[in-house]
Amino acid sequence: MNDDIRDILLAEVADLHKVPVGAYNIRLNSQLDGRNSTKNIEIVGKTDKSGIDIIIKPNTKNESVHIPALVTHAGVHDLVYNDFYVGENAEILIVAGCGIHNDGSQNSEHNGIHRFFLGKNSRVKYVEKHIGTGEGTGERIINPQTVIEAEEGSYIELETTQLKGVDSTIRTTKAHAKAGAKVVVKEKILTHGKQFAETRFEIDMDGDDSSVSLVSRSVAKDDSKQKFVSIINGNARCIGHSECDAIIMDNAVVTAVPEITANNVEASLIHEAAIGKIAGEQIIKLMTLGLTEQEAEAQIVNGFLK
Amino acid sequence: MLELRNISYTVDGEKDIINDVSLKVEDAKFIVITGPNGSGKSTLAKIIAGIVTPTSGQILFDGQDITKMSITDRAKLGISFAFQQPVRFKGVTVKDLINLASGENLSTADACQYLSEVGLCARDYIDREVNASLSGGELKRIEIATIMARKTRISVFDEPEAGIDIWSFKNLIDVFEKIHNEIKGSIIIISHQERILNIADEIVVLANGIVASRGTKEEIMPALLEQAEMAYSGCQYYREEE
Repeated sequence: MNDDIRDILLAEVADLHKVPVGAYNIRLNSQLDGRNSTKNIEIVGKTDKSGIDIIIKPNTKNESVHIPALVTHAGVHDLVYNDFYVGENAEILIVAGCGIHNDGSQNSEHNGIHRFFLGKNSRVKYVEKHIGTGEGTGERIINPQTVIEAEEGSYIELETTQLKGVDSTIRTTKAHAKAGAKVVVKEKILTHGKQFAETRFEIDMDGDDSSVSLVSRSVAKDDSKQKFVSIINGNARCIGHSECDAIIMDNAVVTAVPEITANNVEASLIHEAAIGKIAGEQIIKLMTLGLTEQEAEAQIVNGFLK
Repeated sequence: MLELRNISYTVDGEKDIINDVSLKVEDAKFIVITGPNGSGKSTLAKIIAGIVTPTSGQILFDGQDITKMSITDRAKLGISFAFQQPVRFKGVTVKDLINLASGENLSTADACQYLSEVGLCARDYIDREVNASLSGGELKRIEIATIMARKTRISVFDEPEAGIDIWSFKNLIDVFEKIHNEIKGSIIIISHQERILNIADEIVVLANGIVASRGTKEEIMPALLEQAEMAYSGCQYYREEE
């Protein structure tokens, strides 16, 4: 049973249907479930606390590393520290993600603390999906913390998705960008029932020509609550853009708190936030194409979060 | 056949937007409804599509009373409606919209065909979102493409010419003729445009919520153009220079 759940969660969070090609580390209920290093990517367990170091050699190209974390039953409180050391000029795809299956009455949670040390001119694409499954009354809680130290000319793109089943999440992302470094975040969140999701970004652009782009698209349904906090500090000649776009439905509550600070006259910062319900005319248009009101609503939400 | 019987629409129990309008649209007919601003044309079009519910009167489709039928059910029955101001969607692509309109998952080539018909370079548009990055004219043409993809018995267009200035009128008219000939459907167009009026089987002139006159273009056009010339500065009917 646990193996089936493990496989389903693996497919959902990391698109993995078998053992992945290349480097990987699969964490199951706080334990190591599988690991593979490659010539260019070394994964080693930490000795002082739970977690791994992922060391990517300089100039590594076109390689990927999968590091899914799974929780398959109630009462698990997982805390893990994963550190990524990305060598200069390396280009890497990191597929992370967490799935919690909880059929019991106790809460299960996964708290992942990721630190990225990006070498000069390295490029990282980080893809992460969070899901919760199971019928238990125990909550599925995921609290990721991400810290990024971006050296000169480096680039990181974080694509994070949480579309179902996670009862409570507080996501914190902090970054320091040196000269020419670029941080891109694309976040998608759907909450329903009584779920709560907070995402908090604190980005410092410290070097000239650094930039950040934060784009959050979210849908809040039923009685769920969401909070989006973005703090961007422009400490040099830099470009910062954050955008929070939310569809609110039913009795949901959405808060957007932008804070942009220019500490340098050459800093150019923009924040856009829009929260609103689905426009009635959008539903009507899709109904004139033959969709029912419910189908129209689903189409609009799916498109928005696509 | 679509039949409107004694349709009235009143706002706040006072103002008559539509007042006892009866109209038959035979199969495969091309009808243009025209009239001054505020005459009730768009409201009538929305009543046909089910977006506005009439205060009184009946709408029959092949003899079936559809007055209380939802927008969705009317769409499924075979009524299409092109909005005067097309709706924008974040995240929904042009291809999504054409697929939804056609009711199937079209190949990219087939979906592109509809865009080409409305003069859009399909490759540039098919994967774009139907959002604020598209101009009013582009949206309008995409709207028309979705109606072509629906291939329904009745297609209602609410002022399709608005915003289409960069695309030639001839192409727009070709599109209507194609829908008319290939789908063998009835077309109802709300329009002020003389060239569109010119291709109608029948012109219906609405004024103050009632049918002021109706007939073939030979019967109706002279009087309309005379009015236009009389009130040249604020005219409703645009006569284009040939």
